[in-house]
Amino acid sequence: MEITQEKNGSSLILHISGRIDTKTAPELEAVVRAALAELTELVFDLGETAYISSAGLRILLLAQKQMNRQGTMKVINVSQELMDIFEVTGFLNILTIA
Amino acid sequence: MEKLTIKAKLENLNNVTEFVDSQLEQMELPMKTQMQIDLAVEEIFVNIAHYAYSPEDGMAIIEVELTEDPRVVITFIDSGKPFNPLANEDPDITQTADERKIGGLGIFMVKKSMDKVSYEYKDGHNVLTIEKKLEAITE
Repeated sequence: MEITQEKNGSSLILHISGRIDTKTAPELEAVVRAALAELTELVFDLGETAYISSAGLRILLLAQKQMNRQGTMKVINVSQELMDIFEVTGFLNILTIA
Repeated sequence: MEKLTIKAKLENLNNVTEFVDSQLEQMELPMKTQMQIDLAVEEIFVNIAHYAYSPEDGMAIIEVELTEDPRVVITFIDSGKPFNPLANEDPDITQTADERKIGGLGIFMVKKSMDKVSYEYKDGHNVLTIEKKLEAITE
C-alpha cells in the first residue's frame, strides 16, 4: 500500500494505492489520526486501491464519525469490487461516494 | 487437497493468501470472487493469529480443496482456545455512522460472501470451514 497526501489548508486528499489489509491498515490509520483534528474536508481517493478488508473499513468508519462533527468526507473513484464490499457491509449508507 | 502448516502470526498473512491463491490460479476466477476469497482468508487467519494462542504462539493449518462441481473448500484448523467466531452477533448495517460500532465486520463479510461457513470444536481443535461455488472454467 502507498499513500500520497495532498494537503491544502484544512483540506486533505489521500490517494491510496495497493491493498488495505490487516498488515497495511495501521499505517493508514496513523496518517488519518495525525491529520484528522484540524480537517474540515477529507477525501479518500481509492482509484488505485485494489483491495480493502475490515481493517480498512474501520478506518473509513472512524474518519467518517469524526468528520460528521467537523466537516465533510468523500470517497472517490471507487471500483465495482470495492463498491460490492461497501454494499454488503452497509457502508453505502454511511459514506459519501462521489 | 493441498495443505499449509504455518505459525499463526500476522506476519504470515501474505504467505497464507498466496498459498490459497496459488491453488485457485488455474480457475481464472472473476476479480470479485477472488477478492471475496482473499477477504475471507484474511479475516479468518487474522482472527486465529490474534486470539487462538494469545499471548503464546501456535500453528495454523490451512487446507484447500477444489471439487469437481466446482467449489473451493478452505478449512482452517488451530489448537488454541475453543472459540466460535460465527457465534458473534452480526453488526446492524442499517445504522448511521455515529451509531455503528468500529469492528465486528470481518466475520460478517465472510458469512455474506461465502456460500457456506461452519465451525466445530473437535478433538482439541478449532475447525472453521468456508465454501464457495466457482464458475466452471470456460475453454
